[in-house]
Amino acid sequence: MTETPVLQRSASGGPSAPRGSTAGGSAAPDAGGVLELAGLRRDFGSFKALRGIDLTIAPGEFVALLGPSGCGKTTALNCIAGLMPLTAGRISLGDRRIDELPPEQRGFGMVFQSYALFPHMTVRKNVGFGLAMQKVPRKEAETRIDEALSLVRLHAQGDKLPGQMSGGQQQRVAIARAIVIRPPVVLMDEPLSNLDAKLRLEMRAEIRRIHEAIGSTTIYVTHDQDEALSMADRIVVMQEGMIRQTGAPEALYERPLHADVAEFMGFRTRMRGRVQSVQGDRATVETGGAVLEGVARNPVSVGQTVTLMIRPEDLLAMVETAGLGGTVRSIEYRGRAFFGTASLADGTDVFFRSEMRLSIGQRIGFTAPPSQILVFAEDGS
Amino acid sequence: MIREEGLAARLWRFAIWAAVAVFVLNVVAVIAVVVIDSFAARWFGTWLPPAFVTHWYSDAWNDFQLSDILIVTFEIVAAVVVISGVLGVTAAYAMARRNFPGKQAVMLIFLAPLLVPPLTYGIPLATLLYKAGLGGTMGGVILANLVPTVPFMVLVMIPFIEQIDPRIEAAARVFGASTFSLFIRVLVPLLLPGVLAGLLLVMVRTIAMFELTFLISGPTSQTLVVALYYAVFASGVRAGQEVDVMAVVYMISTLIWLLIALRFVSPTQIVSRTKQRA
Amino acid sequence: MSATAPARQEVRRAGIPLRQRLRARGIDGITLLVLPALLALIALFVYPFVYGLVVSFAPKVGPFYENYRKFFSDPFLRSTIWHTLALAFPTTLLSILLALPIAFRVRLMRRQRALTTILLLPMTLGTVLVAQGLLTYLGPHGWFNRVLLLLHITQAPLLLTNNYWGVFASLVLTGFPFTFLLTLSYVSGIDPALEEAAATLGGRAWDRFRRIFLPLLAPGLAVTFCLSFVQSFSVFPSAVLLGAPAGSTHVISIAAYQAAFEQYNYSLGSAIAMIMGVVQLVIVIAVLASRQLFYRGPVGGTKG
Repeated sequence: MTETPVLQRSASGGPSAPRGSTAGGSAAPDAGGVLELAGLRRDFGSFKALRGIDLTIAPGEFVALLGPSGCGKTTALNCIAGLMPLTAGRISLGDRRIDELPPEQRGFGMVFQSYALFPHMTVRKNVGFGLAMQKVPRKEAETRIDEALSLVRLHAQGDKLPGQMSGGQQQRVAIARAIVIRPPVVLMDEPLSNLDAKLRLEMRAEIRRIHEAIGSTTIYVTHDQDEALSMADRIVVMQEGMIRQTGAPEALYERPLHADVAEFMGFRTRMRGRVQSVQGDRATVETGGAVLEGVARNPVSVGQTVTLMIRPEDLLAMVETAGLGGTVRSIEYRGRAFFGTASLADGTDVFFRSEMRLSIGQRIGFTAPPSQILVFAEDGS
Repeated sequence: MIREEGLAARLWRFAIWAAVAVFVLNVVAVIAVVVIDSFAARWFGTWLPPAFVTHWYSDAWNDFQLSDILIVTFEIVAAVVVISGVLGVTAAYAMARRNFPGKQAVMLIFLAPLLVPPLTYGIPLATLLYKAGLGGTMGGVILANLVPTVPFMVLVMIPFIEQIDPRIEAAARVFGASTFSLFIRVLVPLLLPGVLAGLLLVMVRTIAMFELTFLISGPTSQTLVVALYYAVFASGVRAGQEVDVMAVVYMISTLIWLLIALRFVSPTQIVSRTKQRA
Repeated sequence: MSATAPARQEVRRAGIPLRQRLRARGIDGITLLVLPALLALIALFVYPFVYGLVVSFAPKVGPFYENYRKFFSDPFLRSTIWHTLALAFPTTLLSILLALPIAFRVRLMRRQRALTTILLLPMTLGTVLVAQGLLTYLGPHGWFNRVLLLLHITQAPLLLTNNYWGVFASLVLTGFPFTFLLTLSYVSGIDPALEEAAATLGGRAWDRFRRIFLPLLAPGLAVTFCLSFVQSFSVFPSAVLLGAPAGSTHVISIAAYQAAFEQYNYSLGSAIAMIMGVVQLVIVIAVLASRQLFYRGPVGGTKG
């Protein structure tokens, strides 16, 4: 999706200002201001979960924090929510400094991975909890609960207990609970990871729809590349406590600037080679007994050891074994074409596409368009 | 978990730790008083005894035949632990895995001894055991102590067994395991932490169980706690210090058993696992 | 199964084999595993209990209700119920009130084992050691009073032994570890994400406690109360050693014991024991019934 951040007001007037100001129901959506993360660090003893995160998020933006487990994305989210103290750094919303406030004073809505619905309260009471904490008068609270439940399409289930609902329904209650308080920022911690595949696809569209209806800034943590690509205005790829790259989904998908990001974007094959010649941003690399040409985002020099990365779709198998050659290890049919793995002479595993069925142990060659081969330095940059 | 940082929160935290400290201090003081007195030549009305001696220990050991009593206590406790373990785990397994007519009544029978005071069934049980000729014997004491411990093991183990996926057992049977084999090779290893935790509590409760043993034991089948009680009333004839010696011996032996057991078991495993977010 | 015609007819006449019928109702080899424990308890608990009940209705003299009439008309005997409750209730409540905040604090700690072991220490002591220790420690010349005098908190030594307070102290000291263990288990069983969710929605510490923890803990606390209360209600040796067994700590277990083994009136002793059981049962049932008012489902959070 290539939409720029859309700020729309819902019928109820959009997100209100953070707690503490005198906002009524008609506050502007950007009253929350820009969310700024500066130099966030978080250590657990000697383990550095966050090594300096700097990020600026515009009001109403849908930002996905994408990365493998352990990369620090959930830690970052917890720090933003205030559930975990920072070792160093600053968080500010607009012109207010937030990182010294306890979670109950930050005014962010949060959707937990396990939903964390209060098991002893009905759906309405769950959704209305934040409003009760804000001491919103009863009538107004009931109206807002109704609106929130309608938004997530659960209006008829208001008096049920969480234990009586399915996973998808519980998740929608969790979302309603987070947005009913009209927070300037909504935090979501892998909310779809416990749902089955079909439900996940449906909920992706739902969450995006709700985001556009309420217009709050959303920070969405996930390890699923497809989710991030389809839902976010901007993706932040994290690895080992650091941000590797941020940008719009297409930018990241087509032009990853780091080997880790590329791997996340589907460049599964990694080969080591040595640069033979460089011309502009093109480089010819000698690898596995063949010479391939690829694109280097960052400058490389002749003789440098580099990593080549290729998407399986782009690495086509050929019967002739001129150039790069390998032995088929596995092959599977996926409707459109065959995909398989092979090992090269030097032992590297590659993931390729084939137009016809091959047999295990067959020797084949490979070809790939140079514009789809990425060249990175050994450390990934 | 959320840590509060305000002043009120800090005061509250301090108050709690203070309460813990006061409690621990009092416990330590009570123990210390007894230990010190067991080494005191005499002690009355002063901060510390004027002189320390060690002969009370040998005196008490001989006068009260402590070695015999310790052995008897150990035998009784061991028997109760083993029997209630076997009976408890097997019954719990049946209760967890099968629904049969009359199950509610059986459950009630397992619950009742825990809700009824020991004296309520202890007095008639004692009279019956005496009539059966088991009064005053170790066998009688062991039988009586089974009444609170078997239901306890059953109640503790049922949730543990219910946690084990029955499909694991089905898998074992598919591969040819008999019931006995199933128990030994699959169930017992999975249940071990819960069983050990339960047996640990059974051990502590039986060592400390007063009423039942008191009503039924005779001179050769007294556990340490009952012998201790009698010693207090005989203390007119013997020095109070000897009673303290017995108390110290009781505490140390229980402590040793408890510490040994705690190496293998975590007591909170009885009910639930602690959840902590890093 | 290739049965010949007459054999097949036999099977049809006999119906489904007994074993299968039993299995359908849930009875098979596994079910029989419940028998050893069940039989043991029937022999050692149910039978003596019924026997005691019968004996209590067969006094040496007088009509069948004589023992019970005697108990309730004799103030010395009747007051034992009050004495016992006056000890059991406050000590159990105090234990729980102490255990709750401490458990809350302890569950946040990483190295819980050390602290838990220390707090479980009194379980090793035994009533007589505690009694002996408290007699000296709380006595008029004991350390407790000496420290209070030293700090000028009191002017004269407090009378804490051979009365209600000595027994009170003993019950709290020995009862707390068990209460704490149970409370800690229940507190730890609540999904921490629930508290976090409540915080992000604006709930301060007190709100979180009142609206989230307390309703979810209430059933567990009720069970803890019952189990601890049962322990305290049976107080016996400490009431004799540390209290005034003929006076303010004349508890019902003493009355039962004296009737049975000092006056050799087994009938009366059984009757008193039965009354003791009934009183305890009534209170336990009342507390457990109040659990119905609270949520009783899983507290581990939602399907996550």
